[in-house]
Amino acid sequence: MNKQIGRIAVSFIVMLVALAVNLSFIQVVGADSIDNRAGNRRNLLREYSRERGAILVAGSPIASSIATNDTLTHLRAYVDGPAYAPVTGFYSFLYGATGIERAENPVLSGSADTLVIDRLQQLFAGRKPRGGAVALTLSPHAQQAAWKALRGRTGAVVAIEPSTGRLLAVVSSPSFDPNTLSSHDAIGIKKAYADYLADPEQPMLNRALARTYPPGSTFKLVTAAAALATGKFTADTVIPGPKTYRLPLTTKDLNNWSKSACGPGGKVTLARALAVSCNTAFAWLGNEVGADALQAQARAFGFDFAAKVPMTAAISRFPGDPDEPQTALSAIGQFDVRATALQMAQVGAGIANGGVVMAPHLVQEVLGPDLSVLTRAKPRALSTAMTAANARTLLEMMEGVVARGTGGNARISGVRVAGKTGTAQTQPGTPPHAWFVGIAPVENPQVAVAVVIENGGGSAEVSGNRLAAPVAQAVMKAVLAKK
Amino acid sequence: MAEQTAAAVAGRGNPRNRELWLLVVAVLIVAAGLANVDLTVSGAVSAISIRISITIAAAALAAHVAVRLRAANADPLLLPLAVLLTGIGTTVIHRLDLADELRAVSRGEPVPTAKAGAQATWFVVGAAAMALTIIAVRDHRRIQRYPWTLTLLGLVLVLAPLVPGLGRTIRGATLWVSIAGLSFQPAEVAKVVLTIGFASYLSRHGRALGALRARVLGIPFPRPRDLGPLLTVWALSLSVLILQRDLGTSLLFFGVFVVLLYIATEQRSWPLIGLLLFSAGATVAWSMFAHVQVRVALWLDPFTGDGTSQVALGLYGLANGGLFGAGLGGGYPQLVPFAESDFIFASLGEELGLVGCIAVLLVYAVLVSRGLKVANTVRDRFGLLLAAGIATVIALQTFVVLGGVTRLIPLTGLTTPFLSSGGSSLVANFIMVGLLIRMSHAARTPAAATGSVAYADIAAPRHDTGQPTQIIELPTAEPRR
Repeated sequence: MNKQIGRIAVSFIVMLVALAVNLSFIQVVGADSIDNRAGNRRNLLREYSRERGAILVAGSPIASSIATNDTLTHLRAYVDGPAYAPVTGFYSFLYGATGIERAENPVLSGSADTLVIDRLQQLFAGRKPRGGAVALTLSPHAQQAAWKALRGRTGAVVAIEPSTGRLLAVVSSPSFDPNTLSSHDAIGIKKAYADYLADPEQPMLNRALARTYPPGSTFKLVTAAAALATGKFTADTVIPGPKTYRLPLTTKDLNNWSKSACGPGGKVTLARALAVSCNTAFAWLGNEVGADALQAQARAFGFDFAAKVPMTAAISRFPGDPDEPQTALSAIGQFDVRATALQMAQVGAGIANGGVVMAPHLVQEVLGPDLSVLTRAKPRALSTAMTAANARTLLEMMEGVVARGTGGNARISGVRVAGKTGTAQTQPGTPPHAWFVGIAPVENPQVAVAVVIENGGGSAEVSGNRLAAPVAQAVMKAVLAKK
Repeated sequence: MAEQTAAAVAGRGNPRNRELWLLVVAVLIVAAGLANVDLTVSGAVSAISIRISITIAAAALAAHVAVRLRAANADPLLLPLAVLLTGIGTTVIHRLDLADELRAVSRGEPVPTAKAGAQATWFVVGAAAMALTIIAVRDHRRIQRYPWTLTLLGLVLVLAPLVPGLGRTIRGATLWVSIAGLSFQPAEVAKVVLTIGFASYLSRHGRALGALRARVLGIPFPRPRDLGPLLTVWALSLSVLILQRDLGTSLLFFGVFVVLLYIATEQRSWPLIGLLLFSAGATVAWSMFAHVQVRVALWLDPFTGDGTSQVALGLYGLANGGLFGAGLGGGYPQLVPFAESDFIFASLGEELGLVGCIAVLLVYAVLVSRGLKVANTVRDRFGLLLAAGIATVIALQTFVVLGGVTRLIPLTGLTTPFLSSGGSSLVANFIMVGLLIRMSHAARTPAAATGSVAYADIAAPRHDTGQPTQIIELPTAEPRR
């Protein structure tokens, strides 16, 4: 062999080996560290390429992945998108994910630790990796009933199964269609997103979990619970319920909605005061039990605490260190008291469950890709807000609200329904928010529901009954009909 | 024993039959690859894939017939290796076509023109050019008569894109010539012409240049006036770099000349001088040109900024491939810029993995080694230099491109031989394969059988240094391997 050609050949072999060794470093030894760099769009595409697990309600999917022919390979599709949007959230390659799509992403995308066995099986079977499914606690009947009842209004509904904390309905209106944000059409997604953001109705705002409102008279349940807890008050204790209540240290008078005294001679029983939603009686009662006791009672129901359902809900607040007039206003759910619909449903559920507040949750089961159950939610007590006896007392007082008081529109024939209306003033000139907290049936509560309707119109206490109570009634009916 | 072995070798039959079988294997691999892409991406084999497979099979068969008729004794590996590489490239291009189509459809944009069909057509042109080379060049020694003409033609071709109205600047490099709507890269044709020119010149004057008279630091050095040709090529390479901003082409020409100079003169000082000149040129280029500095900076840190430099995007693809690759149709090669041309190796590495990359590297290695084998066995000096030059062009070009894509060296703009989408490069490479086949036939044909006189080295003409004309490689009883 020509000596020079031999040497050239050797140098070519050196070049070949250099390329091969370098490739081994890129493709095998250092592949993971290169792979996980920020500029690598493959990570996102890979998440899309996996068949994302479904979100199930009562066994049927409300969100699922459909195979497509484009580069993202799977399209997220939602059934009844707007009705379930406050729960599912959306899953968008431009705007990320929200709701259950975000909170349960490790399971849905298949990267959760609980799915490690499935991943190994998929690897050995040579199947394409798939995500696990998430089964929700929602009752499709309750959800649909709430969605229909809220249609055309701005507000929210949250329904809880009192004995477990399962969320049966979580609805926010107006809503958005997650299908428009989960499509693969970048321009369409951007337009839809911009439109939703520009909409003054704020359709992407989760009014059930993420927005707090003044709870108004529904907060009287907390004040009543605090009063019962002192041991100095029973349902039949007669308390002052005059036409007006002079706020301590001020010259301002607090009125009743009826512009009259709540009982003969300005005297009224605690039960009657709740039934007619007597502002003067509860304002007085607030200062009688004290701000500290009110705050402790509110916290026992879940105020000042960020619930994870698993999405983190907005924190409901009882104002810190109010003075006497502020305490009086706080006792009737005004001043700086703020509560989510979830929180007020939780108050109802705690009363319905013998005083024990169960942790509210949306995820019933985590399922593997083959729909085998991997984990199942265990009901967990969050706190004991009341004694069983006091809870029973308060529940029966609430029955009086529906049977003989301000909440007549929540009545269901043949069912003992308990409830509390609320009308929360916001700014002067703006119609108040209409509230209703309902429980049914009284003898064995299956559902506690809170309804809030923003700026519902009307200036009287009756607006809670007129607007919110029928929605609560529809949801309770739906839950009970299913049983 | 030796006779038995010889008989056994001879008993393996006609090299053309072996070539035919290897071609069948190559075409089957390509057809299977195309089908694999289709089945993964869309679930059904497409008409275009079938058409490409048939086109490649037919063109390969026609080229094979040309070789059988006119270069019957040639190395049976050369053509199948080139066809295999071209077919693999076309498969990857087809895969990228599908990705582009899906993207366009999902965005509601018009579907871009598919490139794989055009590449198959260019393969037909390349195979025809190869066959024409074999038919037209009946004796390769004839083409060494015009060293200056060819070198000049090569330079004209290289610099043609600089002519106003003719050249087109694409991606910062002025490499294209556009005539009547058809554009091609003259540098690719120039690389063939210049290699022939260099080999012709050096086969005549190589030995004279090899006379070492001077000594620098005890190392024998060429006489200053003998440095002329190397300095000329060096200056021309630098001007290509400066005028056309084309790092790859200038490096390639200079490298080939230095290698051939080394083989022709048999003096080790030439590569040393070449390396020094290259380092000087590279340093000057780096200090003068922003685009060279950018290339070097991205070589040192490809993940700078948001991590989306060309090199980084290519590395993501390779890393995603891992050991066995994502499978044809299973990766995201479309995320890499110029995935079907400069970065086709990243596309290939993503879907075929390290295993596929090494396999393709080995195909190149075998092709280059067969080229060097032709150089080693051909009986004339020009043939030796031309075969070695062609092997070096393929090896260097492959190394410079793949080294750039894999961040072994700074990235330069060159096509990946046989793989990249693009006609000029493919046709030029097939002309080079045709020349190798022609010389291989000459080398493997017993001298007596050619009917010509003994293989006197006609490349040792009147200008030579007075060494006697060599009679090389008289026919022997030993058969060639």
